[in-house]
Amino acid sequence: MTMLHLDNVTAGYGAVQALKGVSIEVHPGEIVTLIGANGAGKSTLLMTLCGDPRARSGRISFEGRDITQMPTHEIMQLGLAQAPEGRRIFPRMTVRENLLIGAQVAGHDPAPELERVFAIFPRLHERQAQRGGTLSGGEQQMLAIGRALMSRPRLLLLDEPSLGLAPLIVRMIFDTIRRLNQEEGLTVLLVEQNANQALRLAHRGYVLVTGQITMAGTGAELLARPEVREAYLGGH
Amino acid sequence: MAYALQQLINGVALGMIYGLIAVGYTMVYGIIGMINFAHGDIFMVGAFVALITIVLLLSGGIMEGPGAIMLVLLVSMCVTALYGWTVERVAYRPLRGSFRLAPLISAIGMSIVLQNYVQVAQGARVKPLEPIVPGGFTVMTEGTFVVQVSWMQLVIVLVTLAVLAVFTWLVTRTALGRSMRACEQDRRMAQLLGINTDRVISITFVIGAALASVAGMMYLLRYGVIDFYIGFLAGVKAFTAAVLGGIGSLPGAVLGGLLIGLIETFWSAYFSVAYKDVATFAILAIVLIFMPTGLLGRAEVEKV
Repeated sequence: MTMLHLDNVTAGYGAVQALKGVSIEVHPGEIVTLIGANGAGKSTLLMTLCGDPRARSGRISFEGRDITQMPTHEIMQLGLAQAPEGRRIFPRMTVRENLLIGAQVAGHDPAPELERVFAIFPRLHERQAQRGGTLSGGEQQMLAIGRALMSRPRLLLLDEPSLGLAPLIVRMIFDTIRRLNQEEGLTVLLVEQNANQALRLAHRGYVLVTGQITMAGTGAELLARPEVREAYLGGH
Repeated sequence: MAYALQQLINGVALGMIYGLIAVGYTMVYGIIGMINFAHGDIFMVGAFVALITIVLLLSGGIMEGPGAIMLVLLVSMCVTALYGWTVERVAYRPLRGSFRLAPLISAIGMSIVLQNYVQVAQGARVKPLEPIVPGGFTVMTEGTFVVQVSWMQLVIVLVTLAVLAVFTWLVTRTALGRSMRACEQDRRMAQLLGINTDRVISITFVIGAALASVAGMMYLLRYGVIDFYIGFLAGVKAFTAAVLGGIGSLPGAVLGGLLIGLIETFWSAYFSVAYKDVATFAILAIVLIFMPTGLLGRAEVEKV
């Protein structure tokens, strides 16, 4: 069964058509990555499936439910969570409050979730009383992922978690994603410019070029494709 | 010395009223970035609801003791909160996502609507009310000058502090408060976390209106006369207080309210009663020119 299904989705902002008929599928238990250059529409795709902006045409479904026209906050109550582009930490809330607000939608007692996130990212535990805006980039990324995990989502959406981070921290974050997937069966849709690492991590991948999917396949297949190597791996 | 002390007492009591209204301005600004120009009129509606409730209780012969005051307070808060909710629902929500000036114009329209509605429904004449809490106590005597604190002033200060304490707890310690702060800091992200931001905005207006109604009732009890137009001046002064304290900052609103109350009182006492509003608004101009972020405000960072 498909967990997430985008069927011929178009979307954009104003006059800009950022997605021109995109179809992708994510199955339960998978890590799927979406790679593409800056401005290809990767972030728009993640935001569109969260209802902001709304898809102009096509159909989006999550676990068999049509969510194309659902308001954003209702979509996010269905069991998916996003660590968005730019991390969007609440700067004037403490680390702890940032995490607690992630659990609010689920409505259950946040204490066990908080402990779990602190176990995954011990650094957040050390900094829990600190304001979100004072964290380093890597810590903010951990917080963004931790906040998304607080609602115990079945599908985690990650938007460029490696952006602007030191290689060591990128490896640590990618290891964490792999572990969450293997140990807890968390399904992940990962948007990345860092194609090399993303394709090594993912089961399957899609290549997005100016709003259209141009290639699809397993991570290893895509890594081996010369077009992919040339376009996305040249500099790495 | 005694004279100054008396002015201090008067100024604090007045400042509390401004502070309560200012919190409503600053909250709404923080969360949706607009100045709710109808807020002063919500304060006026609160005063009228309190007056009507008091008259009803008086005619029933049960306007006695602190219990009755609490009852009036509660009724006034609930009814006025409903007004606040309605104003947001009909005049601002449909304009969300419209150009920035649209809700502002709508707010001015709403202010006129509320004023005229009360004028038509309640009459244009000034409404007097006999003192509900008469008397007071003497703090000190210096020569022939007696420094007095009226019970009413004490009630104003205590009720305001209690209401603000509950409000502070709500904003800083509860899940609702967290949602409100999240909406204030990044509304789009709040939605991505499953928060119904429209609902949070509604609740913000409800709370702001409830606080304004407390101020309206205190104003009524302190001054004993109200009319449909009191919301304008009180609203603009509370807005000045919010700007002085730093618009968007909740402690700033209370601090600004206190300062405006004190400035107005001391100016009246030592210079000229006739020019007290000039003093207040001169401060608004000075703050806007030299210190646009106010005392406790932050420099506005352009969000991307």
